Amino acid sequence: MSERVPVLRIGDILLVSIQVDLEDQTVLDLQEDLADQIVARSARGVIIDITAVEIVDSFVGRMLATIASISRLLDAETVVVGMRPAVAITLVELGLSLGGVRTALDLEKGLALLRRSATGAELQ
Amino acid sequence: MAKQVSPRGPVELLTTDREKVTADWIDTVAGSLQGRISRAEVDRELRELYGALVEGLREGGDDTRGESLSEARALLTELSRNRARQGFTPSETAISVLALKQALEPALRNDSADDTTAYLRLARVLDDLALFTVEAYTRTREEIISSQAAQLMELSTPVVKLWNGVIAVPLVGTLDSARTQVVMEKLLQALVDTGSEQAIIDITGVPAVDTQVAQHLLKTVVAARLMGAECTVSGIRPQIAQTIVALGIEFGDIITKATLADALQHALRASGVDLVAHQGVGR
Amino acid sequence: MTVPWAAEAPPQTQPITQNDDVVRSRQQVRALAQECRLSLVEQTKFITAASELARNTLVYGGGGEMRAGLVERHGRRGVAAVFADSGPGIPDTELALTDGWTSGGGLGLGLSGARRLVDDFVLDTEVERGTTVTIVKWAR
Repeated sequence: MSERVPVLRIGDILLVSIQVDLEDQTVLDLQEDLADQIVARSARGVIIDITAVEIVDSFVGRMLATIASISRLLDAETVVVGMRPAVAITLVELGLSLGGVRTALDLEKGLALLRRSATGAELQ
Repeated sequence: MAKQVSPRGPVELLTTDREKVTADWIDTVAGSLQGRISRAEVDRELRELYGALVEGLREGGDDTRGESLSEARALLTELSRNRARQGFTPSETAISVLALKQALEPALRNDSADDTTAYLRLARVLDDLALFTVEAYTRTREEIISSQAAQLMELSTPVVKLWNGVIAVPLVGTLDSARTQVVMEKLLQALVDTGSEQAIIDITGVPAVDTQVAQHLLKTVVAARLMGAECTVSGIRPQIAQTIVALGIEFGDIITKATLADALQHALRASGVDLVAHQGVGR
Repeated sequence: MTVPWAAEAPPQTQPITQNDDVVRSRQQVRALAQECRLSLVEQTKFITAASELARNTLVYGGGGEMRAGLVERHGRRGVAAVFADSGPGIPDTELALTDGWTSGGGLGLGLSGARRLVDDFVLDTEVERGTTVTIVKWAR
């Protein structure tokens, strides 16, 4: 039985901070948990903090893109925060551009980004 | 009982007239270096080398890459390294060994066949050791060049902060792949360290852009975007713009500006800063 | 390709037969990359490539093993990993190394992406006999 990554809630935002070397099954579990939680808690945004993640391969990259697509369908916005430079360079070389995934330098900027897009949506 | 006379080999040839041979040798070498290394220094180096050479030949014969001459090789490596660092030429380095041949020539005057054979054997050893010094010399020069290249790379890529949340890297000189990669890493790390969401790569000082360099620039911009920052390329001169189009390089949706000033203005606007000219300025 | 393993440290073998073996392969390769003093970016690239290939071995090769260790050639040090399985093999290697091609449900970036992340990449495969992929990254 693999560990599950905890999903935290702050207001209408779900926060996931990945702290361990991810096993593929954990990645799939997280994807499922997040989809469930977005609906159950009617979340408006999801922040995935990967500051501590040293390796993002195509499997994890695909998970990030999939979560972004799923949450968009469920009317929530996903922001990936804290990607390390070495990880970003590697992803580009790998050929993964994570199209459709919004990113921010750190947690604070990610929260600000969600807040901005929330007020933007209300103004429309 | 008569002393048994062993046939004269290289060792005997070297040691018979020890003082005269070493003195001649040191003279020739010191003369060729024209006082750029003190005579005392040459004297010390060559006497040490002489000792190691005699010792090595006595022990194990003529194999210049063998165990017995390892001490001599170590001394020669050090000598060659010093010469290379002090800016001497390869010839001025190799002469330290080759001059010994010249110093031994007087010993051949008595026309003994044994001596000639011994000299030829020794000459082969010395030629080989001379080649060894050239190798060691070249290796040192290569080390110097690569360490200078690394230093230059460090020096030539400063990341500067232009505004709160806006950093820039002005590129000057020819960009090769290695340098562009260093720039890329430094810039991305600076984004994290300064918490900047806007970065500008200014290529005003870059004389030419080829496909590879353009690729690296593109990758940097995409990597910055993955991290949550926006990267603008500025200072694209008309000729470079023409090359980029001629090479068919797709810059896609990357923001490019003609000048650093334009790029800064764009970056400021994107981070929510308004520039307002005060009325009355210049009155 | 014969791998020039460094004399003082023989390569270690890591079986890849279940999900968490991919994580273990990554950790083993990380330790080696650090020992070899690769720069942070080079380390990340190599570990990522190893991660892709370990998963390929598990998912497409039906399991196998990874041998990883330090290598040495012409006085340069590097780190190498060899992934071997006795799975179905790859019929068209040219196609398999194209971005976006996949026989399974992946993104099709595993092989082609891994190749871009390393210095040496050798793919050796035979249909119904298995696949061996060797990757090397040299310290600068």
